[in-house]
This record gives sequence, structure tokens and C-alpha cells, in this order.
Amino acid sequence: MRFVDEFRDAEKARALSARITSLCEPGRQYKFMEVCGGHTHTIYKHGLEDYLPEGVSLVHGPGCPVCVIPMGRLDDAIAIAEQPDVIMTTFGDMMRVPGGRGSFFDSKAAGADIRMVYSPLDSLKIAQQNPDKQVVFMAIGFETTAPSTAMTVLRAKADGLDNFSIFCNHVTIIPAIKAILDSPDLRLDGFLGPGHVSTVIGCRPYEFISAVHRKPLVCAGFEPLDILQSVAMLLEQLHEGRCEVENQYTRVVPWAGNHKALQVINEVMELRPYFEWRGLGFISHSALKVRDEYAAFDAEKIFPVPGVRVADPKACQCGEVLKGVIKPWECKVFGTACTPETPIGTCMVSSEGACAAYYNFGRFTRERVRVAMTQ
Amino acid sequence: MCLGIPGEVVELYPDRRDLAKVDVSGVRRAINIGLLEDEDVQPGDWVLIHVGFALSKIDEEEAAAALAFLEGIGQAYDDELAALADSLIE
Amino acid sequence: MTPEQQVQAGWAEEAVREAALHEEEDATCPVGQEHLTKEQQVLQRIEAARQRKPKVKEERITLAHGAGGKATHTLVEALFLEAFRNPLLEALEDQAVLGLGGARIAFTTDSYVVSPIFFPGGDIGDLAVNGTVNDLAMSGARPLYLSCGFILEEGFPVADLERIAASMAAAAQRAGVSIVTGDTKVVQRGKADGCFINTSGVGLLERPVELGAHRCRPGDAIIVSGPIGDHGVTIMLARGELDIESDVESDTAPLHGLVSALLDAVPDGVRAMRDATRGGVATILNEMAKASNVAVILEEDKVPVRPEVNGACEILGIDPLYVACEGRFVTVVAGEAADDALGALRSQPGGEGAAVIGRIKDDPPGLVLLKTGFGGTRIVDMLVGDPLPRIC
Repeated sequence: MRFVDEFRDAEKARALSARITSLCEPGRQYKFMEVCGGHTHTIYKHGLEDYLPEGVSLVHGPGCPVCVIPMGRLDDAIAIAEQPDVIMTTFGDMMRVPGGRGSFFDSKAAGADIRMVYSPLDSLKIAQQNPDKQVVFMAIGFETTAPSTAMTVLRAKADGLDNFSIFCNHVTIIPAIKAILDSPDLRLDGFLGPGHVSTVIGCRPYEFISAVHRKPLVCAGFEPLDILQSVAMLLEQLHEGRCEVENQYTRVVPWAGNHKALQVINEVMELRPYFEWRGLGFISHSALKVRDEYAAFDAEKIFPVPGVRVADPKACQCGEVLKGVIKPWECKVFGTACTPETPIGTCMVSSEGACAAYYNFGRFTRERVRVAMTQ
Repeated sequence: MCLGIPGEVVELYPDRRDLAKVDVSGVRRAINIGLLEDEDVQPGDWVLIHVGFALSKIDEEEAAAALAFLEGIGQAYDDELAALADSLIE
Repeated sequence: MTPEQQVQAGWAEEAVREAALHEEEDATCPVGQEHLTKEQQVLQRIEAARQRKPKVKEERITLAHGAGGKATHTLVEALFLEAFRNPLLEALEDQAVLGLGGARIAFTTDSYVVSPIFFPGGDIGDLAVNGTVNDLAMSGARPLYLSCGFILEEGFPVADLERIAASMAAAAQRAGVSIVTGDTKVVQRGKADGCFINTSGVGLLERPVELGAHRCRPGDAIIVSGPIGDHGVTIMLARGELDIESDVESDTAPLHGLVSALLDAVPDGVRAMRDATRGGVATILNEMAKASNVAVILEEDKVPVRPEVNGACEILGIDPLYVACEGRFVTVVAGEAADDALGALRSQPGGEGAAVIGRIKDDPPGLVLLKTGFGGTRIVDMLVGDPLPRIC
């Protein structure tokens, strides 16, 4: 696959690995946060940690939009799905996320019409094909996905659909990063910036991170070589005493972002005064809701929504994992009470969740495995 | 949800200017290119696809430059490469 | 929204309490834990949790129970095996090998609920015959006789049924089996999505082979008979919901010919064979790693996958290792027999794409490890959930 395979080349990986090692000060421990769940997934899926020296560790961040949805909000979605004549449509990831009394998957088994879609446009199609039903799209994601949802709403309006709405749970990345920076628990040396979010918002919004908080940020792509190169770029900055925002993912990310995408988000949505993030608490101006002008497409205005807050289970440490304070295996219920089959928290369910990635891909002792992997 | 895949635009739809057919390794799907309306997307262009929408046009020159740079690093570290490869394989 | 109340998720508290109880039981025998790092201790605790007797926690059947992955295995072990327990069933192979009046018979059954019924490369009828023929062939038996039971929905077009029957007849002829008995039931509209088929089959095990997932040994080679994931991707695309076009076709095919060639070439060298249906190659390898208590080391670069299958999987974010096939099998053979085994498969129609994809090692037992194309390592666990319902 073009633009993919070349960035998975093992030869170049070894070269980058050597460069990374040479840029590390002996004895110094470097901690970089990879904000985006997509990065977490790539790192584990390709076994990237094998290419990083002992002194460099990658800490997982809150950039997993499924992971940050609090249980109460999912209960609201399920309440909508269980209304008569509603078809709830959602990305596959959300199917197994547990709410206060079960997941979409469980609701579906009990009779609710909940369908997996690949794109909000598929949801629109279902609405067109089922005029006697109310079709709701569970809209999740950061700024990467919000434009697509917004475009779909505009399309619904243009097509004159009266049976389509979205349950808007889009969140924004900058407040999440701010929450990390303001957290006293964490000592980070730099950030791997979310590559796909940046195609929409550009690289400028991250400038406060280097200017004010004095941490370098490299906007990183999602193939293994992209991540390794970004780590190298961060180390170079530290080595050279620089502190700035750089773009590694230049083949996809324009520095100024996508103006049309931002426009479209702004047309259909606006910032909520505050929103609850699982594990991070209430953050102001961190999530989007549908504007009044588009109320006809806002599921929260059409359906009764319980709005009850569900406390995270006491044993659940998703919050600490999302902030990078602990590694997945350091959570007390990791792998025992909380597994991908029987998840307690969101980090274990989402394909981008750190716990899921570690459990599914990284759950082995490196030294023992090194013997097995070689002749 | 950050899943973005590069795909090649193979066909445009004259009656729907916001759609295009893309090819990913021989698999084809119509996607919405409305977010790139200022970019004049043409067959042969490569775009980043996310949940059925094109988010960005892939800059082929930048991609080539990135790979060339990585290639360059490879040559410069030839010896260290061999040494490191040994220590990794143990 | 500022919610006034706050409630607890009862199920979560319960799950944590239960897990803590189990941990106390496990912790009563910690041998030499001190030298392990914290992470290693956690991993060990998790292994202990995974070894525990399976229990069905759900109150209702979900689609995951039919996906061929963890939930299916748990259901079979905790519910069906518990209820029916006997030595023949406990082997939990694709078929049961019975002694009947001096002869060794392989006996199997399978039900087909694929949606859509007709798809590129075949239909439910092809699956119904080939699937059961293959389950028999996996034991080394010669497939001979099939039964078929139909559950038809009121309103199902007779023309479609004729088409399915014709497919079954053709497939049976190709596979050298006869359909010798059957049954037909009709249920009301809405109670059975079109057409469900069950086929049971018997075959004669004339070769003196003893195969089983528990027979894998360190040094063995793992071979797959061709490119993986074709069937699952075909079905997914054929459903039309994803608006994706492609030339991929189902790989449904009878495997007894390939199996014969393999067993002729290396009669003593084959340890196990399983056809890669629901759950994909990854699931089979996990079953073998667990049953034989060995490590399976896979090489991503060596696993054959068609570019279109890869493309479709990338778009949807699924892993071809978990996608169903209907005409491919995985075999574990003695290391020294690998070349001959591969040669035998490649010389047969349908086996041209056969490849060695990995090796068996002794440590770490029970795990399937993948050397990624990139050169890193990760594990390949058993399928959780159900990415593609009603594949076969």
C-alpha cells in the first residue's frame, strides 16, 4: 500500500533507532507523551518499543475519544437507543463500552436496534432508507471527526431529512493537553502531537505548549517510521536546546490546518460551557454541541436524556492511565477484573485505548520473548 | 478514531461534486471530498480518508522528501546500524 | 448538563469484588515471585486469571458468542461441555473421531447462517457442503456422507432454494461426498432470516494418523494453505452497507484433496490441522498454543494476504489474522517435514499460495507472538467481540 508500506520499512527503522540512541544523554530518562490513541495503537501493533532505547519511554495520553466518554453519557445514548422506533448508529468501537448498566452490545442483545457504521454518511443512508424510523448517529471523536459529522448534518439538511439526528460527544484536544500540562503528577519531556487532529486544526494551536510550558511538540504521523522520526526530532530539539512546535507529518498536515473543515464545524456546532471527561473531570470549553439553528438534528433536544452521572468504579484507574500517570499494567484491575472481554473501563475497550493495546499486543515479558523471537 | 488511510482518487462524479471514488489497494469506495473543495481534487491525487471523508490531500513531494531524508539517515549510520542490529537480535 | 444525582455502576463493583476473591485464591501459592519485576508479576497474575475455569457471565446471548473467539470458547466450555461432558467431546477438535465396529469414523456438524446468502465466489450451499467436508478432512479422514437440515423462512423464494440445492449438489460432487439424508422445517416469516442450513458429516479414517491441537512440539513449522481473509472480507463487502467495491471472492473450497496430498507426502510429520473459519488464523493458533502449551511464533511478512483483502481490512481497522476463511487450513508439521509438506500443498490446485508462516517454540507457553513486518514484537490474542457477524 502506497504511503503506508514505505513508512513501515524495517531498515529505515533501525537507522532511526540508532539515531535516537545517539541523541540520548547517557543516564537520562526521557518521557514523551503520545497524545493520540492512534499512536498508542501503532506503537503496540508494530512492536515499536523494541526500537527505543531503555532511556526513552512513551507515555500514553488522553487522545482516545472513546476512552474519555463518561459512563453516564453512554447511559444517555443507550436510553435514546432504547426508545421505540429509534435506530442507533455508531462506530464499532463504541459497541462494547460499558455504561452504568451495560453496553450497546448488551442493549442490542436485549432488542434495541443498534447498528455499526463506518461513516456518518452510512447513518444518513439508513435514515433515507427508513423514513418511519428515527436514526441517531453517536458522534464521537476529536476535531478529526467533527468536520465529518458536521458535513453529514449539512447534507441531511440539504436533503430535507426529518428523521436524522446526532448525539454529539465530540471533544477538543487542546483542553485535554492543557489538563495534562496542569497536572502536578507528570514530568514530561515533550509531546508527540496528534497527526490527524492537526490536519483540521493545524499546528499553531500547540504553540502555547512550547512557548509557555517550555515543552517541545512534534506533530507525528501514524506509521511506525513517523513515530520513530518524531521521537528523534524531539530528542534533537532537547539536544540542541530548542523548544518549538515542529511538523513531522508534512505529507498530510498543513501548518494552517483545513479552513473548510473548521468552518463547517463552526457552522453546525459550538463549544459547551463544560463537559465531563472520564478520568479528567469537568473541563470547560472542551466539547462540542449542536447549535440551536440545527436543533432539528440534535438528539439531545429530540429525545429525553436521563443526564445522570455515574461514578467511575472505585477500582477503575482509567483516569490515571489517560493522564499517563500509570502504565496499563499498573492498574490494579488490569487483566483480572478488567479484560477486553469483561471491561470495567473504557481504556480496555477502545481499539485506541492504552489498556486494550497493551493487553492485546504488548502483554509479554520482553526478555523472555527476545529469546523466543530469535533462533 | 484517528484511523486515516491514504487512498487514490480514481473517479469523480459529474453530478455530485462533493463525492469521489477512491481506491485503497484495489478496494474502491465513494467518499465525500467536500472538506477539500478549495483544493481541486483530480483522479490520480492521493487523499487521507477518515470515516468516509477526505481530510487532506497527500503532498507527494513531501512524502518523497520524508523518505529521502530517512534514506539519508540510513546511509550515515551504516556501521552503528550493524552494531545495533546485533544487540537487538540477541 | 449538571446532573443532580450520582449513581454507581453495580456490575463493575461486583466484577472487581469477584476478581479480588479469585486473586486471593491464586495468591496462596506464589512461588519465587521476588525476583520478578512488578510488570512481570502483573503478567503472571493475568496468566493465572486466564487459566481459571471459564464462566459465562452474560445473561443473554450476544453476537460475540457466535464469532468463534473468546466468547464462543467460553460458551462451549462452560455451558455445553459442562452439560454433555464426555472424553470424546473434551478434545474439542473440529470433529469427533469415533471407533465404530472396528473402523475409525470422523463425525462432525456445522450450521450455516451466512448473510447474504449469495455472494461473489459462492453461496450458503457451497459453504454448507465444503465446511463440513473440511471439518472431516482436518482429522485426516476421507469425507463420505453428509446430512442436511434446512430451516426455511416462510416466504423464501423457491428459485433461491433450487439455486442453493444445485450449489450443494455440485459441491458434493467436487468433494466426492453424497448427501444421504436430510430434513426440512419452515418457520413463520421473521423467525429465520431466509434460509439456515445444518450439515452433519461422516468420514472414514483409513490412515493411521493421530492428529490434534495438543500435539504441537517445539521446532514444528506452521503452514497455511493459501492467502487468508478472502471469505470474511467478501461477505462484509457483499452486505452492501459499506458501499465498498472490490474483486475479492469467497475462498470456499473443499480441502480433502490438499489434505490427502499432504498426508501422502509426510504421513508421520503432521501434528494438527484446522480449517480457519470464524475467528480466523489467529484463533486457531491460539487454540493450538493453549492445547499444546507451546509458544507460536508468527512472522507477519510470511502470512499471505491479498492486497485487496489488506486494503479492505485497513479501511475498516480489522486485522486479517482474525478474518474468516472457508477454504484454507492451518497445519502444524514437524520442522524437518516442512519443505516436503509445502511442496505437496503447492503442487495441488488451491494450494499454490501455501506458505510457512511461523514456528513452534517452547516458551512462553500458551502465547502467540508475532514478529511484525516492521521488526517489532507483539502478541496475537484470541478474538474478542465480533467484528463481522454472520460470516458463515
